[in-house]
Amino acid sequence: MIPYVLKRLAGFVATLLAAAAVTFLLLDALPGDPARFILGINASPEAVQALRLQLGLEAPPLERFIRWIGGMLQGDFGLSYTQGAPVSALIAERLAVTFPLALAAMVISIAIGLPLGILAARRRGSLADTGLMMLAQLGVAVPNFWFGMLLVLLFSVTLRWLPPGGFVPWDENAWGAIRSLVLPSFALALPQAAILARVMRTALVDVQSADYIRTARAKGLTMGEAVWRHGVRNALLPVLTILGLQFAFLVAGTIIVENVFYLPGLGRLIFTAISERDLILVRGAIIVLVVGVTLTMLVVDLLYGLVDPRLRVRRASR
Amino acid sequence: MSIRDHWAGRALRHPSFVIGLLGTLAFIGLALLSAVWTPHVVDRVNIAARFAPLFGDYLLGTDHLGRDIASMLMRGALTSLTVAAVAVGIGLVIGVPLGLAAAIVGGPFEWLILRVNDFLFAFPALIVAVLITTLFGPGATNAMLAIGIFNIPVFARVARGGALSLKSLDYVAAARLAGLSSLAIARKHLLPNIASLVIVQATIQLSLGILAEAGLSYVGLGTQPPGTSLGLMLRDAQSIFLLHPHLAMVPGLAIMFIVVSLNLAGDGLRDLIDPRLRKEGLPRVAA
Amino acid sequence: MSLLEVKGLGIAFSGRPVVEGLDLTLAPSERLGVIGESGSGKSLTALAIAGLLPDTAERTGTILFEGSPLPEDEATMARLRGKRIGMVFQEPMSALNPLMQVGEQIAEAIFLSGDRVGYGTQVLALLDEVGLEPQHRRRYPHELSGGQRQRVMIAMALASRPDLLIADEPTSALDLVTQRQVLDLLDRLARNRRMALLFISHDLKAVAALCPRIMVMQAGRVVEAGPREAILGHPRERYTRMLVGAARFRIHTLANAPMGDPLFTARQISRRFESPSLLFLPRRAGTLAVDAVSLTLRRAESVALVGPSGCGKSTLARIIVGLDRATDGTMQFDRTVYHGSDLPGALRPDISLVFQDPFGSFNPRLRIGASVSEPLRLLPDLDEAARRRRVADMVEAVGLSPDMLSRYPHQFSGGQRQRFAIARALVTRPRLVVLDEPVSALDVSVRGEVLALLHRLRADFGLTYLVISHDLDMVRALADRVLVMSAGRIVEEGRPAKLFEKPEHEQTRALLAARLPEL
Repeated sequence: MIPYVLKRLAGFVATLLAAAAVTFLLLDALPGDPARFILGINASPEAVQALRLQLGLEAPPLERFIRWIGGMLQGDFGLSYTQGAPVSALIAERLAVTFPLALAAMVISIAIGLPLGILAARRRGSLADTGLMMLAQLGVAVPNFWFGMLLVLLFSVTLRWLPPGGFVPWDENAWGAIRSLVLPSFALALPQAAILARVMRTALVDVQSADYIRTARAKGLTMGEAVWRHGVRNALLPVLTILGLQFAFLVAGTIIVENVFYLPGLGRLIFTAISERDLILVRGAIIVLVVGVTLTMLVVDLLYGLVDPRLRVRRASR
Repeated sequence: MSIRDHWAGRALRHPSFVIGLLGTLAFIGLALLSAVWTPHVVDRVNIAARFAPLFGDYLLGTDHLGRDIASMLMRGALTSLTVAAVAVGIGLVIGVPLGLAAAIVGGPFEWLILRVNDFLFAFPALIVAVLITTLFGPGATNAMLAIGIFNIPVFARVARGGALSLKSLDYVAAARLAGLSSLAIARKHLLPNIASLVIVQATIQLSLGILAEAGLSYVGLGTQPPGTSLGLMLRDAQSIFLLHPHLAMVPGLAIMFIVVSLNLAGDGLRDLIDPRLRKEGLPRVAA
Repeated sequence: MSLLEVKGLGIAFSGRPVVEGLDLTLAPSERLGVIGESGSGKSLTALAIAGLLPDTAERTGTILFEGSPLPEDEATMARLRGKRIGMVFQEPMSALNPLMQVGEQIAEAIFLSGDRVGYGTQVLALLDEVGLEPQHRRRYPHELSGGQRQRVMIAMALASRPDLLIADEPTSALDLVTQRQVLDLLDRLARNRRMALLFISHDLKAVAALCPRIMVMQAGRVVEAGPREAILGHPRERYTRMLVGAARFRIHTLANAPMGDPLFTARQISRRFESPSLLFLPRRAGTLAVDAVSLTLRRAESVALVGPSGCGKSTLARIIVGLDRATDGTMQFDRTVYHGSDLPGALRPDISLVFQDPFGSFNPRLRIGASVSEPLRLLPDLDEAARRRRVADMVEAVGLSPDMLSRYPHQFSGGQRQRFAIARALVTRPRLVVLDEPVSALDVSVRGEVLALLHRLRADFGLTYLVISHDLDMVRALADRVLVMSAGRIVEEGRPAKLFEKPEHEQTRALLAARLPEL
C-alpha cells in the first residue's frame, strides 16, 4: 500500500507543479508585457513602469515562478490591483459559496444516483428499469444551467417555495444561505445523478454475469444475496472512476450555474476578473480550481487502492 | 453473407439506434440548411415584432430584439455542431495517434503520455476557456480549442486501451514477423480494429461538446454576438426568461433533443459493435 | 435410492434447444465422467443440476435430488446447493471474488453450510486438506497461482461436506503438472469423503483416470454411456470411436530422418526482463526468463522444446524468430549471426512461426487471403501473379481451397484457421518453422488431422521444426529429439523414447508423472 500511496502522491505533486507552470507561463511569460496588457494600449509608459515594479516583473521568470509558488504555499496569492485586496481573501470569501455548493451537489447526486442505479439493475427489464433509464437518458442530456432555469420557473415563480436567486451570507442568516443554495445544488446534482445511475446500473449488470457471482451462488447464496455481498463492491470500482471525473465537471458546472442564480461565488469572481484583465486574480482562482480537481482525483485514486487489493501489489499497473 | 449486410440488418432492428440516428441526421440537416436558407434573416433586429408569440407569423416566436427564434435556432445549431465537431476533430487527430504511440512504443514515452493525460484531465474545458479568453478575448474559436484540448486525453485513453488489448494478439506478432513497421502495424492492424471504439467515443464527445459549448457561450466565454449558438440564445434569455419562458425553453429543448439523439445513436452503435455486450443475457459457459 | 436422477432434461435458449432428452443417475459416492467438446451442452447440464442456469434458459424434464425434485423457490434451492452440492468451475481466476481474501471466501462457504461457530479452525483444516498453507488464507486471489486458486475453489466446495461434487472442467485452465495434482486431489477427496462426483471435461484421459462410468455428449445429446472399460474398449458409436482414437493418437516418425548439417545454433542465449523502475523506489533485480541456453537444430530435424508454463520456452521461441532480442549470447542461422530482433530482412523469409491460438492470429477485419499473403512482402522480387500462385499453392498444400481466401476469419472453424495459420507460416518457403503449441487450442477431434498435416508438410518441403509444447504425447508424435526446459535452462536432452523411459532430470520426471494413464 505504501508504494502505491507514494506513487500517487508523487503524481499529484507533479501534476500540480505542471499546472502551476502552465498557468504561470500563459499569463505571465508569454504574451509580451503583462503590465501593458493589463493597462491597455493607451497607458503612459510611466504607469506601465510603475505597475511593472508593483508586480515585481523586473525579476527573471524562474525566480518569479519560485517566489510565486513559495508565496502560495504560505497562503499569499498576491494582490488584486483592481480590487485592492489580497487575492487569497477574495477567493476565500467566494469559496464560502462555491465549495458548499459543489459538495452539496456531489452528495445529492450520489444519494440519488446510486440507489436508483442499483434498483434499475436489480429489476433489469422491468417497467421501473425502463422508466428510470429513459429519465436518465434525458438527465444526461440536460444542460445544468438550463435545468436551473426550469427549477426557478417551477419552485420560485410558480410555487414560490424558494428564492429565484441571490445569496444571503452565512453569518447573516445560515438558514437563508442554505435556502439560496438548494435550487442551484439540485440543478447541478440531477444531471450528475443521471450519469451515476447509468454507470451504477451497467456495472451491476456486468457484475451479475461474473464468474465469482456464480461461485457465490454455488456456495448457497441467492442471486440477490450474491450481488449484495460480492457484486456491489466490485461494481463500485467503475463508479468511483466516474465520480473522480465527474468532480471536474461539477466544478465547471458550479461556475456556470452561479450565473443563473446570481450567486457571488468563484465563478462570478473569475468573470469579473477577466473583464477587468486582473491577471493576478484569474491566476489565483485557476490554481485553486485545479488544486480542487487534482485533489479529488488523488482521493479517488487512494480510495481505489483501498478497495482494490490488486492495485496495492508492488507492480501497480493501470 | 458479408459482414456488412449482417451489420445493416442488425442496426435496423435496434430501435433506439434508429431513433437516435434519425434525430441526429434531422438536426444536422436543419443546421446545414441554415447555411443557405432560414425562414427569416437570422440576425435582423425588428423591435416592432419583439416577443411575437409561438406559431404566429414566426413559427417559434421572436426574442426581445424581434429576431426570429426558428432561424436563430437553425443557425445556432450549426454553430454548436461545428464547435463540437471541430473539438472532436482536435481530440481525434491528436489524441488517437498519441494513444496508439503510447501503446506501441511503451516505456518512458508511454509514461510521459499518461502523465500528460492526467495533467490535462485536471483542466476542465471551462478552465482552459478561462485561460484562453483572458489572453485573447472571447470567441467561438476559444470554445473549440478549450473543448478540443479536453478531448485529447479522452481519445488518447480510448486508443491506448484498445491498442493495448490488441497488441498482445498473435496477428500483430505475425505482422511484425512479416516485416511491417510499427507505423504500418498501427495503420493496418490496430487502427481498423479500434475504429469502432473510437467512433462510439466520438459520438459521446460530440454530445458532451454540444453541452460544453452551450455552457461556455452561456457564461460569455464562447460564441459572441452577432454570431449565434444555442448557448448564446440561453444567455440572451437569462434576464427575461421569467417573463418569457419560451425564450429559454426552445433552445434548451433543442440541446436536449440533439444530445439525446447522439447518445441513443452512440449507445446503439456500441451495442452493435461490441459483441461482448451484445451477448449479454446469453449463457456464459465454455465447453 | 439414487442421489441424483435426471430424466428427459432439455435446455433451450429462446426456443433453440442446446440440450435434449438427457437422462442420468448417480448413486451416493458414485462417480460419473461427462465428456464432450465445446458446445456439447455438458456445462449447461451441470448448471441445470445445481439450479444455476441463466434466467434466459428454458428448462424441461425432471431433476430429482434424493428422490425429490429441485425446489422451485430460489432461496430454498440456494440453501440446498449450499448444504448438499459442491461446485468447482473452470476459470479459477475469475471464479473468485478479486476483492476478498480467500480465507474469508472459504469462511463464507462454511457459514452458509449452517456451521455458525469455529470457522477459523475449519478454514485451516480445509486449507490443509487441499494442500495449501495456513498463511494462504490472508491472500487475495491475484496473489495465488492458478493451481492454488483451484485448490481454494475445491476447499470452498468441500466446506459444506457436500454429498455431490460437480467439477466442471476443473483443470483445463491449468498446466499439465498442476492438472495432474488437482486431479489426484479430487480423486483422494472423493474417496475419503465418500462424495458422489460428477466430473465434466473435454479430456477423455482425465475422465478415464477419475471415473469408472463415462457419458459421452455431442451437440446436446448423450451419444453413449456406460462403464469405462466398455466405452474405451468397445465404443459403439462412431463419435466415441473418434474421441478414443484421438486420445490414443500416434504418428510414427521416420525412424531415422535424414538429417543434415546444423541449420541453426544458439550460443548461451539469455533474456533478462527488467522490472520498471519507479520514481523514488529502488530498482528491483529483473527476472531471467531464458538463462544461457545453447542448442543446435540440424536440417530437416524436428526438435521439441518441452517444459512447464513459465519456464521460458515461449520467450526463447520469440527470440529465435526475431520478435524479441536476447540480452546476452548470439544465434547463428546458416552463416548469419544475430541476436533476435536484429534478424536481417533477407533471412526473415527463412524463419517463421505458427501461433498457438488460431482465434487471435488473424486480423478480424482483413480477408484471410490478405493475412496469409502478408509475409510475402518479405520477398519483393515476386510479381503479383507469382504471389497469387504461391498463396494458392500453399492453401492447397494445407488441404483448403483457394476460393476461401476472400472470406473473413470468423467464417472458419478453429481447425481451418490453424491450417491457414500454417499456410501463412509456410508461404515464404521458410527453412525453419517454430511451432508454439500448434494444436493445444484445438478441439481434440481436429488435433490429429493438424498433426498429420504438419508431419506431411515437413516431409514435402524439407522443413526443420522447433515445436514448443507442454504436451508430451504430441511431442512423442512429432519430434526426433526433445529438449526439456526448466526455469530458463535446458536441463535434459535426448530422443523421445530414451527420455521417456529413463528421465534423469527432476523436471522431466515431473512432466512424465503428470501424464495421465494411457487408455
